[in-house]
Amino acid sequence: MTKENGKIVFSESMKLADLIDMNWHLLNVLSRLDIGLGFRENTISEVCAEQGINLNAFLLICNVYTYDDYVPSAELLSGADPATIVDYLHNSHAFYLDKAFTSLEESIAAMVEPCDDLQKKIVARFFADYRAQVENHFAYEENVVFPYVRSLKDSTSREGYTIEQFEENHSNIDETLHDLKNIVMKYLPDTCDTVQRNEVLYRIFRLEEDLAKHTIVEDTVLIPLVNRIEDSVK
Amino acid sequence: MKQNFKKVLLIVPSKIVARGIEAVLGELGEFRVEGILSDLSHASATRLHNMDADVIIIDPVVFDYVSRMNVRARISEYSSAPVIALKTAPMSDEQIRQFDGTISMYDEPVAMVRKLRESLASHEDAPETEGPELSAREKEILVCVAKGMLNKEIADVCNLSIHTVITHRKNITRKTGIKTVAGLTVYALLNNLVDPDSIGL
Repeated sequence: MTKENGKIVFSESMKLADLIDMNWHLLNVLSRLDIGLGFRENTISEVCAEQGINLNAFLLICNVYTYDDYVPSAELLSGADPATIVDYLHNSHAFYLDKAFTSLEESIAAMVEPCDDLQKKIVARFFADYRAQVENHFAYEENVVFPYVRSLKDSTSREGYTIEQFEENHSNIDETLHDLKNIVMKYLPDTCDTVQRNEVLYRIFRLEEDLAKHTIVEDTVLIPLVNRIEDSVK
Repeated sequence: MKQNFKKVLLIVPSKIVARGIEAVLGELGEFRVEGILSDLSHASATRLHNMDADVIIIDPVVFDYVSRMNVRARISEYSSAPVIALKTAPMSDEQIRQFDGTISMYDEPVAMVRKLRESLASHEDAPETEGPELSAREKEILVCVAKGMLNKEIADVCNLSIHTVITHRKNITRKTGIKTVAGLTVYALLNNLVDPDSIGL
């Protein structure tokens, strides 16, 4: 670990196993970057080199994911590959859509099983709308933002779009999830089983936390990184 | 011995300024700083919600320039206490008007306390539906929201000003913890406040 602005952050010479031990949520980050387990005593830089992952990008993501008020240093940003960040964000989207939402939907269905048909319908529709809203938001990033960032690598700056627009379009989808949490916690009929309600709540809390980190990676890593490249192209 | 202090929550990014206000108010009594937040992140907002402050002093620079106009609205989602702006940078009249008062870093401590006292008094005079449950009026407005009506339409139907409708909506959100129209609709349905046929279910 190294100190940056007086705070301890992760550094390349740490063992990858120690990193996970300090913040097990980083297991998510590993799988989204296709880093398998079984890395023995290898350090972060060794594993990244072996797997062909950009070291600075990896460190940035892990630090953002772990430290609440982490501000990336210019040094780390300057050597970070935006494509790695975009791959990570893309794989996160796939994780939310294919895994997290599906299992959340299933546990919601199990939770409202004892409710009457209307109540089931109300909750199911709310979740479906939320999911559609998120899919819509992700689709914009996948179709507009990510291709743009990837295209910057060829140093042929694409006309008519800058990352600034992304910041404007960056809508908040977390409010609906927040509402779902309150509805499950406070307003569902008592016929719902507590264990199953808790199961849903755990999933929502984890998802909420993960999505929040996702947004921070976009705001504090991707945007500044792309701003730098845009400035250097000009 | 229980002393009757008014609880102050500071939302000020500068530790030096925050400690300074804490010290100044501490010397004079009457108001006491019970909490200091440096931002309005998710964790801070939760603390804001739970602290039950009597008055909130905020440095509007914690919000970026574009969203500054919504500062007051954001806070009223979490607390019904009066919100005083601490002027550390120039502010437009419009920005100032959304707050329940302003103080300046250059105010004499006594003047600062007087302003806090005045803001608190005028805030208490304002009509405020209290209690954790929704009032009849709030339920009525909630039903309109669930039906997809806009603030203007609700104001016409209920014979209220738009401003009052907005205040009610803020109170509904503060009490229920639900922010979106979709969420409020679910709330109204689960509590049998609205006919499911009327919203296409």
